[in-house]
Amino acid sequence: MTGVNDSDADTILRGILRDVLGLDQQRTDALTADSGLFGSLPELDSMAVAGLLTEMEDRLDIVIDDDEVDGELLENYGNLLDFARSKRAAAQGA
Amino acid sequence: MIADWPCPAAGGIRHERALVFDRNRTARLLVVPPLFEEANRTRRLLMGAMRQLDDAGIDSLLPDLPGCLESTAPFGEQDLDTWRAAMATAAAHFGATHVFSLRGGALVAPTHLPRWLLEPVAGAALLRQLLRARSIAAKEAGRVENGAALLEIGRAEGLELAGYRCGAGLIRHLEAATVSENSGTAIIRQAELGGGALWLRSEPADDPAQSAALAALLAAGIAG
Repeated sequence: MTGVNDSDADTILRGILRDVLGLDQQRTDALTADSGLFGSLPELDSMAVAGLLTEMEDRLDIVIDDDEVDGELLENYGNLLDFARSKRAAAQGA
Repeated sequence: MIADWPCPAAGGIRHERALVFDRNRTARLLVVPPLFEEANRTRRLLMGAMRQLDDAGIDSLLPDLPGCLESTAPFGEQDLDTWRAAMATAAAHFGATHVFSLRGGALVAPTHLPRWLLEPVAGAALLRQLLRARSIAAKEAGRVENGAALLEIGRAEGLELAGYRCGAGLIRHLEAATVSENSGTAIIRQAELGGGALWLRSEPADDPAQSAALAALLAAGIAG
């Protein structure tokens, strides 16, 4: 059950990054847990991050508080995905 | 291609600009741009769709919102009411028969004409995203800015958000504004255009296939 949800979160998150960053499918598929985000991708400025978080809320059906957003969360794809999964599990468990 | 139109402004009339494909045809579509940075991100999508509508025999008119894009009006003096009045005036000036808007444009688009809204968004959602961008930028600069506290300041004295000096009126209007969907309103979803939403894109981009899909939807709707 959680396995299915986990892979959903991964697919959805890659889809959001593809849309926000304008990546092609190949680059989207190539994202790994270590792929750097904020600070590594110049197009990911504060406005783009805000858009990214808002899309995560919409498409993953979660709510993200401002104080949950820090440099570590956005450091790489793995951290963001872990966060998305735990938020989703909490939202679905509630 | 570029036309002037007289826009109501504090103390009289100010001439604003519009991008137009105008051959005095019967069907005339007013295109209301989205708000803030999304206007820049979707400019080419809209221009591409307008060009295709021109080929399909439909005139289209894309006015600048006062204070945005080429407009010389002060952004800080604008709120949703000044933009609504501006778009209503543009619709009358150009003799628009139909309306299309994208995202936050739905909040200021005229409601008395048949209209299509692409992914309309409530003002509160736009405001939340702008406040969030500001908090993130502050954090990056080593400052702490709390969204709720910022909003409090914004309501009282206005606030700079994503490079826009928003007046208190605009902040208060955004908090409350929802999209009105009357019987003449049709909603278009991004999925109908194929491809990712260009208004989300961190860099302005173009997608001729989406422009063509949008123009085809609108042309079919206008033909009824």
